[in-house]
Amino acid sequence: MTSHALSDTSALTGRSLRHIARSPDTIITTAVMPIAFMLLFVYVFGGAIDTGGGSYVNYLLPGILLITIASGVAYTSYRLFLDLQGGIVERFRSMPIARSSALWAHVLTSVVANLISLAVVVAVALVMGFRSPAGPLEWLGVVGILLLVTLTLTWIAVFAGLSAKSVDGASAFSYPLIFLPFISSAFVPTATMPGPVRWFAENQPVTSIVNSIRALLEGQPVGGDLWVALAWCVGVLVLAYVLAVVKYRRRTG
Amino acid sequence: MSTVAPAISVRGLRKSFKDLEVLRGVDLEVARGSIVALLGSNGAGKTTAVRILSTLLTPDAGTVTVHGLDVVADPAAVRRSISLTGQFAAVDEVLTGRENLVLVARLRHLPDPGAVADRLLARFSLTDAGGRRAATYSGGMRRRLDIAMSLIGDPPVIFLDEPTTGLDPQARIEVWDAVRELAAGGTTVLLTTQYLDEAEQLADRIAILHEGRIIADGTLAELKRLLPAPKVEYVEKQPTLEEIFLAITGPGAPRGVGATTTGTEDPS
Repeated sequence: MTSHALSDTSALTGRSLRHIARSPDTIITTAVMPIAFMLLFVYVFGGAIDTGGGSYVNYLLPGILLITIASGVAYTSYRLFLDLQGGIVERFRSMPIARSSALWAHVLTSVVANLISLAVVVAVALVMGFRSPAGPLEWLGVVGILLLVTLTLTWIAVFAGLSAKSVDGASAFSYPLIFLPFISSAFVPTATMPGPVRWFAENQPVTSIVNSIRALLEGQPVGGDLWVALAWCVGVLVLAYVLAVVKYRRRTG
Repeated sequence: MSTVAPAISVRGLRKSFKDLEVLRGVDLEVARGSIVALLGSNGAGKTTAVRILSTLLTPDAGTVTVHGLDVVADPAAVRRSISLTGQFAAVDEVLTGRENLVLVARLRHLPDPGAVADRLLARFSLTDAGGRRAATYSGGMRRRLDIAMSLIGDPPVIFLDEPTTGLDPQARIEVWDAVRELAAGGTTVLLTTQYLDEAEQLADRIAILHEGRIIADGTLAELKRLLPAPKVEYVEKQPTLEEIFLAITGPGAPRGVGATTTGTEDPS
């Protein structure tokens, strides 16, 4: 059965990529909210935020990218939920195909869709004046971190999609993920926050991820933040993956 | 007993969901190449039985073999021998009809999925609609596409769960023709239905599932013999299948009136 796992996954990934290609509005919707935040913060609040010099759009882009991913994976969960509701998954399950391929197809599709949304957001940021001295290696690092974050949040989305009882429930999990960057170093330096909030902001995963991406984009040394960010992502990724696979087995018998 | 092993064999099948006993000892045999209708009202357990036969559910007790393979011990091998068309047309509405067929052919690991798809489109009169999204299809077309998807890879056993529920009369006839064509090609078909005329029209044998057991199992002629021919002075009226069904499933109906002995023993 595993010998077919790759070809089954690629057939099913082709299917869900077609779904996205035929409703490109999901990619636009994913990008609209982070772009709106970016406009709001740069042109409305940004003037009042002191980030210690430098352009504010450069400062906030990493956090905006994380919000993009968080809103993008809501669609992953939504698509998985709809699939499970319809009869098509029953058909797949009664066929001799690798069982995990149905989940992996959604995961790969999520990665592709999020990369497109991220590219759209970066393009808008460039128009708004975002500039980076980063070289190819640094950009590779940024893409790598974003990929890892996408995979992590995607597996959380898969778990949510498998657990949801309704369409609304399937995407509700993404709200806290979208909100998390606001209590981090994504929009303002944590030093201005009062004690407990500052402690939370400095110790939650978004801050270390944002700081790592920001340092790479500014061509600065990354420091220990990168390892903290990687540890968070890999830890949560493994946990979400295990939960999702267990849930899938239980649900599909 | 014939010497050829049956395509489907069910013995003492039981399944409960929490406190609800859905199947209470089902016995059923389906001969190779025949069409058998599993007839029952809503909630009789037809879908549960089909889901167990197609490896989607595990039974609580009993033995179930499909194409000589045990569904619990060897579900992967069973899946290679069967195809399931569920109660709601399991087609991908975003994909075109042809893309749906190509997808299933790829998942069945067949060479040249495109050619497989084109052949089936032609066979089910869907060639013109093949390039359109399945969402634009009528109910009958969607069901035909659904059945065409089930045929890919020529599985020897096909399960159709309420294939015509929700279809208009014309679409029902289209589906019936498709099913007859299947059986003519030697495929074993087990279909569930709540429509008595559908069972009458299509099935070689009819098994009536009621309150979790098969209470009658036989050809239409055998089932008709379960009721005495009515004695009327001027007109002799044969009972319709509908009358037979209602008579033997009604409250206080006789039990163990099977036209064959299959499924009539009470295991308790």
